[in-house]
This record gives sequence, C-alpha cells and structure tokens, in this order.
Amino acid sequence: MREKILALIEKNARIDLHDMAAMLGMEEWELANELARMETENIICGYHTLINWENTSREIVTALIEVKVTPQRGMGFDSIAERIYQYPEVDTVYLMSGAFDFTVILEGKSMRDVAQFVSEKLSIMDAVLSTATHFVLKKYKDHGTVLIKTTKDERMLVTP
Amino acid sequence: MRNFLSDKVKGIAPSGIRKFFDIVNEMPEAISLGVGEPDFDTPWHVREEGIYSLERGRTFYTSNSGLMPLREEICRYLQRRCQVSYDPKTETLITVGGSEAIDVALRAMLNPGDEVLIPQPSYVSYLPCTVLADGVPVIINLKEENAFKLTRQELLDAITPRTKVLILPFPNNPTGAVMNREELKELVDVIVEKDLFVISDEIYSELSYHGTHVTIASFPEMKERTLLINGFSKAYAMTGWRLGYCCGPKMLIAEMTKIHQYAIMCAPTTSQYAAIEAMRHGDRDVETMRNAYDQRRRFLMARFAEMNLPCFEPHGAFYCFPNISRFGMSSEEFATKLLMEEKVAVVPGTAFGDCGEGFLRISYAYSLESLKEALDRLERFIHRLDENAGK
Repeated sequence: MREKILALIEKNARIDLHDMAAMLGMEEWELANELARMETENIICGYHTLINWENTSREIVTALIEVKVTPQRGMGFDSIAERIYQYPEVDTVYLMSGAFDFTVILEGKSMRDVAQFVSEKLSIMDAVLSTATHFVLKKYKDHGTVLIKTTKDERMLVTP
Repeated sequence: MRNFLSDKVKGIAPSGIRKFFDIVNEMPEAISLGVGEPDFDTPWHVREEGIYSLERGRTFYTSNSGLMPLREEICRYLQRRCQVSYDPKTETLITVGGSEAIDVALRAMLNPGDEVLIPQPSYVSYLPCTVLADGVPVIINLKEENAFKLTRQELLDAITPRTKVLILPFPNNPTGAVMNREELKELVDVIVEKDLFVISDEIYSELSYHGTHVTIASFPEMKERTLLINGFSKAYAMTGWRLGYCCGPKMLIAEMTKIHQYAIMCAPTTSQYAAIEAMRHGDRDVETMRNAYDQRRRFLMARFAEMNLPCFEPHGAFYCFPNISRFGMSSEEFATKLLMEEKVAVVPGTAFGDCGEGFLRISYAYSLESLKEALDRLERFIHRLDENAGK
C-alpha cells in the first residue's frame, strides 16, 4: 500500500486526502496516519513544487559539477559531501560510481555566480582534487514531468 | 434514377451514440465523460517500434492471417494469461480491431434465419453485424440486480431451436460487468447441451479489477465452440492502430480468413510490428494503466455514494453505469439536460440497448482533474434535481 500511496503523491503532492483515500480504498484517517509515519521515517522528505523557471522572468542558471576528491583519514566521502551540501546554493549532491566521485547540482543567478562558487568555495577544499562544470542549456523533462506542455485531449468527444 | 441502396442496410438504425456526438460537438467547452477509449498514449516503446518498422521500409502487405511472430506472441500470451492454447498457424487471425473479428465471425457462421443471442446493454455493433449477416438478433436484457451478468435462466429462456450463436461481451462496455469462473460455469453445460457457439468479446480483459480475467474458452468443453476475440486497443491504449485478433477452431478461422482476405487483405503492417513489441514488453504498461483506472473507478464509486447516485460496482473495463431512474427522466433527457445545464457529456444507457433505459454510461478514461470537475458539476446538477423534486 505504501508504494501505491507514494506513486500517487510523487506525481501530485497536492492531491486531496479525501480523494486519495477513495482511490486507494482506504479510510481517510488510515491514510493520514500512514503519511505521517512515512514523514517521520524520512521516506517522505518534503512536498516540493516543480517550477519551470524558464517561463518566469527570473534568470536562473543550473550547473552540474563533477567533483573528484581524495577521502582522508577521519574524513570519508560522507563528511566531504556534508561540507559541500551545507552550502544553501547547492541543490543536489550524489556520490557516484565511475570516473568522478560527486555530482553537485547547483542553481545560481548567473554563470559568474556559479563560477564564483566553484572557484572560491568548492575547489579550495582540501579534499577536492578537481572539478568539471557543465551548464544546463535547456530542461526538457524534470522529475518525470515533460516541461514543454503540448498535451491536449485529441480524442473525439463521444465514442462507443 | 432507381434506388441503389440495399433495403437491409437502410433498415439499420445509425448508432445511438452518433446523435449525441453531434450535439456534444457543438459545445467545445463541455467536459466529456463520453469517450470509449483510453486517455493514455500508446507506450513509447511500442510507438517507436512502429516508427522503426516504417524506417526500415516495412510498408508491404503481410500474410492474410497476420505476421507469424505476432500470432506466436498472441498464442503465448493467451497461454500465459488465460491458460488456453491455440495454434498460431491455423487457429489465429489478426484483424482490423476486434470489430472486424465480430463482423467476419458472424458472416462466417450465420445462415439466413439463424438466431444470435445478444445480451444488452452491450457494444453497439453486435446487432447490426448480425442483421448484415442475415442473422436474427435475439436480445437478452441483462439486469442491474444480477450486476448485469448473464444468468443461466436468462440464457435458457432465450434459446429456441434456431439459436446458433451466443455473444458474450465481458468485461462489458457499457456496464463494466465481469463474469467470473463460477458464473461462466453456470452457462457452460447449457451452451454445450443446446449446441451453441460462443463469440466471446474480451477486448477489455486486461482491465479486470477483481482477480484476473477468465475466458470461457478455458473450459475444456468450450474451446471447440468458442471464438475468443481480443485486441490491442484497450489494454495497450492502441485504439487508432486498429488491431485486434481472434482465436478459435481451425474450421471457423479458415472460413473467416477467406472473408478477411477478400475484404481487408491484411491488418495494417505498422500496427502489427508495434503490437509484437507490446506483447513482448508491454506487461508493465498494462499494469500501470490498470492500476490508474482502478483508482479512478474507486474514486467515482465513492463520489457517487456521496451524491446519493446508485451505481452497482463495475469490476472491469473503464465505465460506470449509474442508475438515474429516480429522477423520473429518460436517460436521453437526463444526459441532454446535464449537457445543456452543466456542460458535462455522458452517454445515455439506451445507446447500448433499450434495457439501458434509466442508466448512464460514464467513462473514467480521463485524468483525475477532469473527473473531479465533471463530478462536481454532476453533483450540482443532481442536487438541483432533488431540490426541485422537493426532497
């Protein structure tokens, strides 16, 4: 049941509790309890809004940075990661397999903003060996949602 | 100039849905719950296989019966899902939608005057196809109190010495009724004893919400007297691809193939290649869609209960069939008034047979947002009717 609940709110966090309970064949209080439990268990970590900033007047630059590090005694990947993700401008940090160690995604007002973060905050960390910064040119799909909306119901209005 | 038209064809009434379609079409702002096809797009991997087949220039006819790999996949699928085994070479025919299979089957079986039992409410084409094939349609009016299933007694009552074919349309459009193994079993010995042949239209088989679908062909004594019709439209959201299939006794398939060969040649080649992909790798898509429909179905039933609109619980397809008889209006009046006053289009039950009077077909092949908006409007409408009636 948890999986079904999560599948529903993953795509629509604003879904009405009453409707969702009906859809899942649950009592409303049962569902509310289950959601609360998953929040305390850190399974549900937030209810965010997917914003397509391109359609607003706000300028925003998204960068994906590949980071190579050298873990040291007393300072493994987790604590290096923490020193990176504590910066509020950092959006996402993943530990990776393969040619580099961390993927860091951050959003800034401008390329200069991002460059400054990389040169003044990220690169100077002792553990950081090298960085490679890639800027996002266009977002087509994010969190499973296609951002360029063209969907229109083209079915005939009444069919047998 | 003399009249070139056939009396037989002229005698066939145009589909009841057509009339309603014309009204709705004039109201582009209406929310429609009147559509008999999935709201999902065909899964991308299936569409891509269709595109790829075009890129490779696979634009020729296939064999009359359809691509062999597709027929093999269908037989594997039926074995896996329904525990019935068919020979892809001699017992399987790929058709242009399930509809073609219905038409061709009746034409291949009926002699003038043969009676065909058609349980209603049901899909609109069984009756005209029977008439066109010189058969005599005999309607069995299914009842709400039986959850719109065909009962043994109803079947017995309808049989005459001229009865040849029984059409079994389950899971049912428009009621959403399903017949489980025990309920089918009740019919089997009557069918065998009276020597009837069954055309089992199982196009909604994958959209069963209480246990997996059971085909009557899976009863050992029934396989030789059943034509199983299914297709890709509903399960894989492929309505526009026009692809269906049927499996049945070799002798019947051979005769049907003759008609198909002269009338159609073969089902669309692109669709056949796409369908192979659907059969091989489409299980998860079907599961996802079934799950979404099931959730909407529950949502609708809960909303109907809240607005005090009686509706028996449908166990299949993507329709609800609420009972509106307490409002003292015919289905058509109700549907027209609802459309005019609240701009919600539903289909009057009578479009699927006279016994659909007092019911509406509401399709839930729509997004939750559309369903919510439409149901809010329906609720408003019903409350107004109740208030006016002084309840």
